[in-house]
Parts: sequence; structure tokens; C-alpha cells
Amino acid sequence: MLELVVISTLNGVLFGMLLFLLSSGLTVIFSMMGVLNFAHASFYMLGAFFGFQLTKWIGFWPALVLAPLLVGAIGMAVERYGLRNTHKHGHVAELLLTFGLAFAIEEIVSMIWGKSPLDYRVPSLLDFPAFTIFSTNYPAYKIFMLAVSIIIFVALLIVLKRTRVGLIVQAALTHPHMVGHLGHNVGRVFMAVFGVGSALAGLAGVIAGPALVTQSDMAASLGPILFVVIVFGGLGSLPGAFIASLVIGLVQTFAVALDGSLASAFGPLDPSAGPSVLTDIWNVTIAQVAPIVPYVLLVIILIVRPMGLMGTRES
Amino acid sequence: MRKLTLAIAVIAPMLGHAASAEDTIKIGYIDPLSGGGASVGEGGLKTFQYLADKLNAKGGILGHKIEILPLDNKTNPQESLVQAQKAIDAGAHYITQGNGSSVAAALSDFITKNNTRNPGKEVLYFNYAAVDPSLTNEKCSYWHFRWDASSDIKMEALTNYMKDVQSIKKVYLINQDYSFGQSVRADARKMLGAKRPDIQIVGDELHPLLKVTDFSPYIAKIKASGADSVVTGNWGQDFALLLKAAADAGLKVNWYTYYAGGAGGPTAIKQTGLDHQVFQITEGFPNSGNQGAMDFEKAFRAKVNLSLWYPRAVNEMRMFKAAAEKANSIDPVKVAAALEDMKFEVLDGGQGVMRKDDHQFFQPIYVSSFGKLAANEPFDEENTGWGWHLVSRVDTPQAMVSTTCKMVRP
Repeated sequence: MLELVVISTLNGVLFGMLLFLLSSGLTVIFSMMGVLNFAHASFYMLGAFFGFQLTKWIGFWPALVLAPLLVGAIGMAVERYGLRNTHKHGHVAELLLTFGLAFAIEEIVSMIWGKSPLDYRVPSLLDFPAFTIFSTNYPAYKIFMLAVSIIIFVALLIVLKRTRVGLIVQAALTHPHMVGHLGHNVGRVFMAVFGVGSALAGLAGVIAGPALVTQSDMAASLGPILFVVIVFGGLGSLPGAFIASLVIGLVQTFAVALDGSLASAFGPLDPSAGPSVLTDIWNVTIAQVAPIVPYVLLVIILIVRPMGLMGTRES
Repeated sequence: MRKLTLAIAVIAPMLGHAASAEDTIKIGYIDPLSGGGASVGEGGLKTFQYLADKLNAKGGILGHKIEILPLDNKTNPQESLVQAQKAIDAGAHYITQGNGSSVAAALSDFITKNNTRNPGKEVLYFNYAAVDPSLTNEKCSYWHFRWDASSDIKMEALTNYMKDVQSIKKVYLINQDYSFGQSVRADARKMLGAKRPDIQIVGDELHPLLKVTDFSPYIAKIKASGADSVVTGNWGQDFALLLKAAADAGLKVNWYTYYAGGAGGPTAIKQTGLDHQVFQITEGFPNSGNQGAMDFEKAFRAKVNLSLWYPRAVNEMRMFKAAAEKANSIDPVKVAAALEDMKFEVLDGGQGVMRKDDHQFFQPIYVSSFGKLAANEPFDEENTGWGWHLVSRVDTPQAMVSTTCKMVRP
């Protein structure tokens, strides 16, 4: 039992950190610009495909730097030529733009790379078990993912809270005219923020690509859970997203590990013993419903604490 | 004059199209071409297109060319019905599908209703891979024909092999949470219980179909259970990722599988280093030793650059041709009648039969293991250098199971 608890905790933390890597960019964009970017998971997918392609041409390490830069550049172009024009029509127009963009990116990716999973391998430098616990190996690559997530979390916090750049960016959201009068180019600030957010998604893609599957539906399969993370953590709160990622990673992993069902909670008075249409429901194990647990959490948090764990405002 | 030229230019291609539509036999191929099942669906499509090209090169079926219409159902039953209607509207009288028994059940029902409502415009459903036993039992349909061995036939053969392996003590079951996965799990429990009551089932897991991206929590659970063998019906990315997670965690058990050979599977097995410890159960495999099959494999690999994963698709298309020739017609109703109780020499050797009672095709079944190749085994998989090796062969009469089907005949 101890073995399962320790290993599930480790797995949960590793999965949680991957979620944070993905949601950090989304949180940055939302908290700084107020734009809920539906195409965020698509930027993540672009990162994975660029990473795959560049790895083939020039190796993994250069790809790790170049692919996020490319995705960031695309993000900046989207802000400059798309979002800036729709901004004056309000948030709904922006939302719809990113929503459409997500579909467009998915189609373009599947046109170029096909719909089958790509053979995107872990770089050989990191392809060894880092340590063994209870005779289970932990690949060095997963530890690398963990380290990158933590570095990004700390770096973002410092930049946003402790530097002049962060000050200007935060001021630009609430008082754009004042910031403009002080001589800063507000448009360029927003463009840079969107670029950085997209680049973070791209980085997550390059790193997660070899660990998960790189294929054209990867955006659709991870997109929804990102929204759970940022809503749960509090819209726009970076520490909130960090905690929410960990909680969701752990909850999902532990849910898989549990075998109990509703029926077993009743012990000898098992209500499923009698034949009824509800037998199936009584006997569903927690492990079986594990994938929907995060969404249940989302609903509960919206009812109990609409601003999320660490959020400061309600919308 | 110019208007007339224009009109001809517009109408002429349409006429040409209509004329060729009369001649060709259109087969609607409804399978996932996007999403988690895409790798499997695309492989199937290439196989059918290759088979159609081969038949067309030799004059097609009774002089009619064959055309495969690729339709993406995203492994979704609802989407499949939309695609089936699209195929019928495009003039297809034959539909073939394989991935996902939930899809198969919906399609079988849809086609049965379609044929009752539209006499004279019947459609036949050739199932090449959906193996839920219910399709040829309580949900059987006259218009549905299955070339793959159903899940209970495969489990019967697999457990017959497992019962003699004394080292198996603790078995873990992990399957996809839908009709097929549930039938694998139920059959495994029932048959292992009957044949080897001393074997302990230490775990019985169902996980969502094609949605899990990281299997490490499941692997941790298998490890904690102390299992020495895992039985799984997982296919597509659900198998490849399961083995990938096992390789990462260093889990060393024997794997008894239905679909280890699917896309990504062999690469993942090679990664785990489990030499001849992963078994699969199929109606044929590349190194079966049958000369005809091995020649076919060689030509197929040279052209399509894939290994032949569906010998049953070969049997299906060849038998379709034989049935049409026997009936001397490509009318689905006559072809269906000709297929019933038809005996046929299968690709990997031995005689199979399409049983009239339930439209299930019975054929020899093989258990094979994946690992280093012997000198007389030329084919490896996914450039791993490892390939499939014959472990045991079950002949047609021993691979037959009874049916509860009460066939409603038109």
C-alpha cells in the first residue's frame, strides 16, 4: 500500500507539473490581457510538431530553443494582425477569433504532418532511468520536465512581481492610457505578452511531445483540462494555476489507484446485490471515473468559490 | 455558341461520372482517419486500397472496377451513421468497417433498418475487425458478415495456450471501457477460471477508450498487485502508450494481448526489452511459414511500406470476389446468399468457413510471440529487428464456438 501511495504521489506530481507547464502561458495571457485564448492548446501542438521537425533536422537541444521562438513569433503575429483589430469589438470577438484559430491550426497541422502519431523520441542524453523506487524506474526525461516547470514558475513570478517590466505590463492592463502617456507603447507590450504566452505553450509542446503522443488531436485532448486548471486555480493567478495543476495531477492519479465503488462502501449491505437498472452505477469503480474527476472539481469550485482558489476577481 | 460550349463543358464530366458510377463497385470504408484511432484506420485504408488495386489490375470483380471511399468516423458511432448515409448516397452498396465494436453495433443496426426500408437498394456490411461476440449472437444481422475471429474465439485459443504455462500465477486484466473491452474481461475471467482455477486475478481494470495519454498510474497499480502476467485487449495508442509506460517504469511481466502488433506496439515492446514475452492472437502473421502469405507480405511491404496487419481484409476481399462470381452478380442480396456457408482457403493456409447461422467466419488461429528472429523468419516489424514467431496454431474445427443468433432472413 505504501508503495502505491508513494508512486502515485510521484506520478501525480509529474503529471501536475506537465499541466502547469501548459497552463502557465494561458494564465499569463489571461491575467495580463484579459483574453481567454482558446487556441492555446493549438500553440502547444504547434510547439510539439515544430519540435519534432527541428529535432529531425538539427537535434533536440536547438529545437528546444528554436521551436518556442517560432511559436512565439506566430503568437505575436496573431496578436498584431488579429486580436488587436478585434479588440475594439469586445471580448466575445476575441474569444471567437481564438476559437476559429484553434480549428484552423488543427487542420493545417494534419494537412502537413498527417493524422497518425509521429515517432518523436526522447533525446538519447535523457533516455535513462533517473532513479528507482520500489523497483519502479523514473525516466530522467520526466525529471527534466519537472525541473523545467519549476524554473518557469519561479522565473515568471520574479519577472511579473519584482521587475519594472512586470510593473508596466500589469499597469497596461488596468490603465492603458496612463501607461501610454508615460511613453510606453501599449500595443507592443500586449504583443510581447501574447508572444511570451504562446512561446511557453510551444515550449510545453516540445517537451511533452516525446513523453505523450504527438499527433493532430493532441490539442483537442488536452485543451479542456487546461481550462479546468486555470478556473480552479483562479483566473489569471499564477500561483493558483501552480497549485491547481498539482491538485488535479494528484487527484487524477490517486483516483486511478483506487478500486472502491459506491456499492463496496455499504459492505455486506451491498445494494447492487439485488437486480436493478442501477446495478451498473453502484459497481462503477473510482478508477473508471478518474478522467471525469477534474471536471467534477471544476463544477464544485464554480459553485462554492467562483473566483477560484487564488483568484481575486469574479470574472 | 459560347453558351453551348460552356454547358457541354459543365455537363460532360457529370455524364462521365454517372456512367463510371454504374460500373464501379463502391465500398465505403468507415473508420477513424483522425483522432486516437487514426494510425489504425489509415493502415486499414491503405490495405483495402492495395487490395482493390490488385483486384482491379486483374480485371476487378466480374469486370467491375472496385473503388474504396474513405470516410472518417472518428471512432464515434453517431458520426459513423452520418458517414454510412454519405456512402450510400454516393452509390456504395458495400460498407466495410473494423475499429470499435460500439461503432459496429450501430452500423449493423443502421444497415439492417436501411435494407428493410429500401427493398431493392440493399447494402451489405463487411466487418473486418470489430470482435464483440454480441454482433454474431444476440445482435446478429443477416446483412452483417464478420471475417475477424470474435473476441470469445480469440480468448478460447489464448487461454488454451495459457493453461499449459505453469509459471502463470497472478493475472492482471486491463481493458478499454466499452463493449469489446468488457467482453475481453468477462471472457478472460470465465475461461481462466474454468481452465486454471489456481490462477489468481489480481486486478481488473477498465480505462476510457483512446483518452488516456499517460498510463504510468495504471502501471504503478499493476506493479503493486504483484502480477506476473497481464491480459489486455487494448489496441491503437492505448496499447502503444501502455507498453511505453511499462518500459519507462521497468515493469517486467508477460503480456497476453489481442493487438500488440498494431501501429506503435512493436516499437514499444522493443523498448521494454521483453524478448518473446509479449504474445498476440491473430488469424495470421508475417512469419507464418505459408509461402503464399509470405509472398503477399513481401509485395505488400514493398508497395505500401507497412506490414500486413489485416490478413482478414485479404480474406474478405478475395472471398467477396469469389462470392460475386459464384452468384454471377454484384447485387448485394445475391452476394449475401452466396457467402453463406461458403468455404474458402485463407491467406495463411487452411480452410475457413462463413457459418450460415451467424455470419461469423471461422478460420485457423495463431498465437505468436514478439522477439528476436530465427533464420527462417524474414519479416521484422517497424524496423526494430524483432518480429513475430509462431507459438501455437489452432485449426478451424477447434476454433469454433456456438452461437445464440436467431437470424432473421429477408
